Amino acid sequence: MAERIVVDPITRIKGHLRIEVEVENGIIKDAYSSGTCVRGIENIVKNRDPRDVWAFVERVCGVCTSIHSLASVRAVEDALGIVIPPNAQLVRNIMQAVLFMHDHVVHFYHLHSLDWVDVVSALKADPAEASALARANSPWPMSSTGYFKEIQDKIKKLVGSGQLGLFANAYWGHPAYKLTPEMNLVVIAHYLEALRWQREIVKVQTIFGGKNPHPNFVVGGMPCSIDINEANAINDERLAFVGERLKEAQTFITQVYVRDLMMVFKVYKDWAGLGGGVRNYFAYGDMPMYEYDTIESYKMPRGIILDRDLSHVHPMDAKSPEEVKEYIFHSWYKYTQGNEAGLHPYEGETILDYTGPKPPYKFLNVNDKYSWIKTPRWKGYPMEVGPLARMLVAYAWGKEPQKESMEQAMKELGLPIEAYYSTLGRTLARGLEAKLVADWAVEFFNRLVQNVKNGDSRMMNNEKWKPSSWPDKARGMGLAEASRGSLSHFAVIENKKIKNYQMVVPTTWNGSPRDVQGQLSPYESSLRGTPVALANQPLEILRTVHSFDPCLACAVHLYDEKGSYVHQIDTF
Amino acid sequence: MAAMLGLEASGVAQVVNALETKPRLPVIWLHFQECTCCSESFLRLYHPDIVTILFEQISLDYDETLMAAAGHQAEECRLDTMRKYPGEYLLMVEGSVPMGNPGYCCIGGETALDILNETAAGCQAIIAWGNCASAGCVQAANPNPTGTKPIHKLIKDKPVINVQGCPPIPDVMAGVVVYLLTFDRIPQLDALGRPLAFYSRRVHDTCYRRANFDAGLFVEAFDDENAKHGYCLYKIGCRGPSTYNSCGIIRWNEGTSYPIQSGHPCLGCSEAGFWDNGPFYQRLPDVHGFGIEATADQIGLGLGLVTAAGITAHAVSTNIRKKKLIENIEAEPEEGPLEDIPDPDRINPYPTNKE
Repeated sequence: MAERIVVDPITRIKGHLRIEVEVENGIIKDAYSSGTCVRGIENIVKNRDPRDVWAFVERVCGVCTSIHSLASVRAVEDALGIVIPPNAQLVRNIMQAVLFMHDHVVHFYHLHSLDWVDVVSALKADPAEASALARANSPWPMSSTGYFKEIQDKIKKLVGSGQLGLFANAYWGHPAYKLTPEMNLVVIAHYLEALRWQREIVKVQTIFGGKNPHPNFVVGGMPCSIDINEANAINDERLAFVGERLKEAQTFITQVYVRDLMMVFKVYKDWAGLGGGVRNYFAYGDMPMYEYDTIESYKMPRGIILDRDLSHVHPMDAKSPEEVKEYIFHSWYKYTQGNEAGLHPYEGETILDYTGPKPPYKFLNVNDKYSWIKTPRWKGYPMEVGPLARMLVAYAWGKEPQKESMEQAMKELGLPIEAYYSTLGRTLARGLEAKLVADWAVEFFNRLVQNVKNGDSRMMNNEKWKPSSWPDKARGMGLAEASRGSLSHFAVIENKKIKNYQMVVPTTWNGSPRDVQGQLSPYESSLRGTPVALANQPLEILRTVHSFDPCLACAVHLYDEKGSYVHQIDTF
Repeated sequence: MAAMLGLEASGVAQVVNALETKPRLPVIWLHFQECTCCSESFLRLYHPDIVTILFEQISLDYDETLMAAAGHQAEECRLDTMRKYPGEYLLMVEGSVPMGNPGYCCIGGETALDILNETAAGCQAIIAWGNCASAGCVQAANPNPTGTKPIHKLIKDKPVINVQGCPPIPDVMAGVVVYLLTFDRIPQLDALGRPLAFYSRRVHDTCYRRANFDAGLFVEAFDDENAKHGYCLYKIGCRGPSTYNSCGIIRWNEGTSYPIQSGHPCLGCSEAGFWDNGPFYQRLPDVHGFGIEATADQIGLGLGLVTAAGITAHAVSTNIRKKKLIENIEAEPEEGPLEDIPDPDRINPYPTNKE
């Protein structure tokens, strides 16, 4: 008889995620992923000025801050036929690279590392041995015995106070923790360092966008003018500031983040055989060196891999009404065309229709609808998106930096390339990607400086700024790679206003409920077969779910073309 | 912290000393309908340092974004603090609460409203982080599909500090927490529940580009010559004249910049209902109580005389405002001004901040 385990809230993510699993003989037999909160932002942007929408949709997520704005300005620019100046493209790339670096590092240390690292065990560490270990693993200079002693004393004081705060009532001592006390101490030290470092890297977004979280964008370019002879524009002091932060980020990611991943996963190699999930990978690709439509210049290439066949990359057309579709068979919405229909986002509709159990509830009715997340499919296939998908697509294309770094990392771990199809692979790919992005950010920055040197300081294309220059009807699509995976925004503009606006986001792909055919999406699929040592402690579940870096605020939203709402109050 | 609500001033040194020996302030941080930008902003704290505040100054016993425990173990952390420190713990709330349907936001199978009520009952005060918890932010924008409400509309028997902004400036968040820890009392608030220390000055009045406004020097379009010179952004929609926040003073991310400094108009994100005050790139047609802005076009013609008059007008209005604020603290209306989420169709939707 299977035992139902509920983990809600899943913590160390963004938003409200609930996982229910059925465990039999210590192995997960089945899993159900549910987004339990909805806000309705697509509906709110309707009838607004298309130039304003980036700000609204930026508030879909403050963790993935700036990426929804990027997708939104791209969608409006696509609809209105606006090509932005090269400098604006480069600044957007730098903003995006900063988001990736910040997000990936924070994800590993602050959202994921405690699944692998036992904080309390670090109290038993010998600081001298920790120092030796750290020095053997990386040239990072913060590695003296005294330094690790100081960190250990901090943890001692925290534990000794009896107020463990963020570390309270967790899984310390769980048999699935396998790092040595010294390794635990090293990663905890870096947990604290990363907490400080992440404040620095986001300052690049503040320079160009005025603040972080939620920097500013503008349709047609970027709001920050560049002029090296002006006190109030992006001048050489501002550029030098950016250059410095980017260099520091490169060092931190290379010497701390990536090296910690290698140290940790040398111990957890068994996780290369767990958490694989669906066998299809999807990436819109991003970070163009030239205009956005020069897909061949993307640092992260576009494509689809089916059934883990890396010898063939399938093309995609996100605008095609036959490729990307969203379903609501197990989601709390209604479609006018019926419960089994799939709709392309341009035609998308959603009517909130909560039919779940009346709270407070113990279990969801998983045979019926059980999530606020819709289920997107590409030509009917479930798809994994995210760093692993991007790296695999690049690998299949034979892209040099990605391929080389993926092969090198597995070689160091003594694992085959197939080991990427796993929880370990997902978390490792994210770190390897962060390292590449750090390099690209410097490349984008150098090119920006070169452009300015060559006399090009344009940051904005104002030709279509005025609504009088727009057609009566237009529609556009903005694609982007968010840290968590492929993101798409679809804007329909009529009479200078937004008529319909829709977003298909990474966690919709990864965290959605099963579809009409019963095909599982990545979270659910990857949890099947995972061992659970202690039924009342969901550590293994957290490892795999966190390896996706869930972002629920992004995933749950609603579209509503008709403007009608159905409040199923009578359900209660 | 037991005497947080007491108005009697204690010696600062004495309080600091006490903090070193007493248990760290237990904090429960709840997340409802939000985007987590407030949590992210909090992580950007510089003074006090983020590591210090998290591990040495407060005890963040429940916070879904960062806590190690999950599911039942996480829930137990919240209940444990509520049991151990009744009347003592501080409740921080990020996000608004949907009233349209109990199924719109559930955590651990319980509704957001039930969790809020249950947790608020034993807290000594509430910090409502950001525009969501203070005013409903983007999900409250027209047509407010989930019927969302800010915290102070739902909890009437506890002091609620609205730390506004989308998100609030990192060091403003720190400032509010440190104020509670150091001075052992609620900071002085304006009529909208915002701490005066950070929300008593208009962005317009503290903007480093203000001299350009007074001199009639305006950016006409993004990235035009005037934008490169750093002229005033009023004509391309700046909400600085109707926004109370510290962006021009503290700035963002350790003083690195703020929206106007980086060339974008202020969106007014620390004001209730700012989402419905658009379109964002349309200039404020008129700002109540400040005749001078209404005639910005004429100033644009470059009359030094008018500029001088403008300075006087501002000085006078600032003094008047100060007086109003003090009165407002004493007499907050039964239904706060946040009930008036502006209708986007009305002719002059810009809130006057109770001028």
